[in-house]
Amino acid sequence: MRRRPIVPPIAGRSGHAGGVKVLLRNPTREVEIPGPISVVKLLNTLELNRESVLVIRSSTLVPGDALLADEDTVEIRPVISGGATGERGRG
Amino acid sequence: MKCRVCRGPAVIDIRRHNANFCPEHFERYCRQQVERAISDFEMLSLDDRALVAVSGGKDSLAVWELLVELGYRADGLYVGLGIGDYSDASASHARAFAEHRSLELIEIDLRRVHGYDIPTAAAVTRRVPCSACGLSKRHLFDEATIDGGYDVLVTGHNLDDEAAVLYGNVLRWQTEYLGRQLPVLAAGSGFPRKIKPLVRLTERETAAYCVIRGIDYLVEECPMAGGNKHLAYKEALNEMERRSPGTKSDFYFGFLRRAAGRFASDDPERSDLGRCLSCGAPAAAELCAFCRLTDRVAGAEPVPVELLRTSR
Repeated sequence: MRRRPIVPPIAGRSGHAGGVKVLLRNPTREVEIPGPISVVKLLNTLELNRESVLVIRSSTLVPGDALLADEDTVEIRPVISGGATGERGRG
Repeated sequence: MKCRVCRGPAVIDIRRHNANFCPEHFERYCRQQVERAISDFEMLSLDDRALVAVSGGKDSLAVWELLVELGYRADGLYVGLGIGDYSDASASHARAFAEHRSLELIEIDLRRVHGYDIPTAAAVTRRVPCSACGLSKRHLFDEATIDGGYDVLVTGHNLDDEAAVLYGNVLRWQTEYLGRQLPVLAAGSGFPRKIKPLVRLTERETAAYCVIRGIDYLVEECPMAGGNKHLAYKEALNEMERRSPGTKSDFYFGFLRRAAGRFASDDPERSDLGRCLSCGAPAAAELCAFCRLTDRVAGAEPVPVELLRTSR
């Protein structure tokens, strides 16, 4: 089973030391990863499964081979949802 | 990465199809997948009146948008579950979506109409919140579909949902559920016809569709769903999908092609059901499960979701 990646949060905007700014959810937090870095490599670094997230920059999807620069801010949005779906047979 | 169709810049890769798409052709891909699901499983016709179960999340808003785009007549139904700020936010997303498109959204507030909410029901029954939530939604969706004269109830179940439910039912060999885990459930014995037009799309794809279409959906997860088995099954399946693209699709559609029919006889006969003495819904006892739940929890002191979360 995939472990939750351990990534130190950045200190805040005033503590911006350079790097791709990454907004994560559940829980909501920001991290910085040194750029340039491809989206695929960024997700690997954060130990995130590409099947479970979208990477979004300025309201636009970013493909896996896109290169992110230090000035970039991206959101990594989880897409897995689940609860009571109103369907029988839930385990 | 180039779009498979136009060779322009792609924004998303679909590894199980070995394909990349630009925004325009990804939208077309989604429409085609829904059209194919509707056609393959004979889900509905353009003459049908459909009611879409809407939560404000990506799947329900995507399926509503896609059906309307494809020319189907579809209204929405939103059930206010009373899960604190989460329910307030989900209602806002559902309303905004409907208003911007001039679509009809029916709303049912669980506490106002039936005297309870999901956190309170979970606390009183001492069961996981998803139990009372699923039961309440199933009943209210069915009732609204029949009472409103709709031909079909549409839900936003996607490929991940179906594969995860199948995975859970197979792990426990719940054959009575396997026999009816189908993209279409026929009407009968007081139940409406139910369809799942998104079964050919993963939830990554429905989320991407929403981003590309500018659909403002509720991204936050239900605060009461954390840690449930369904999410764990999805995570396990996605790990397999990462290593071997197409696993989820092969698992689910292989089941439909080769195995689902073998379990049909394990599905309890719905015609054996009587009618609830209180509401008239299909029931295995004098009262249906929903009315039994309502009798037990309606009028109980409301339990805030925050209190329930900290006490779990």
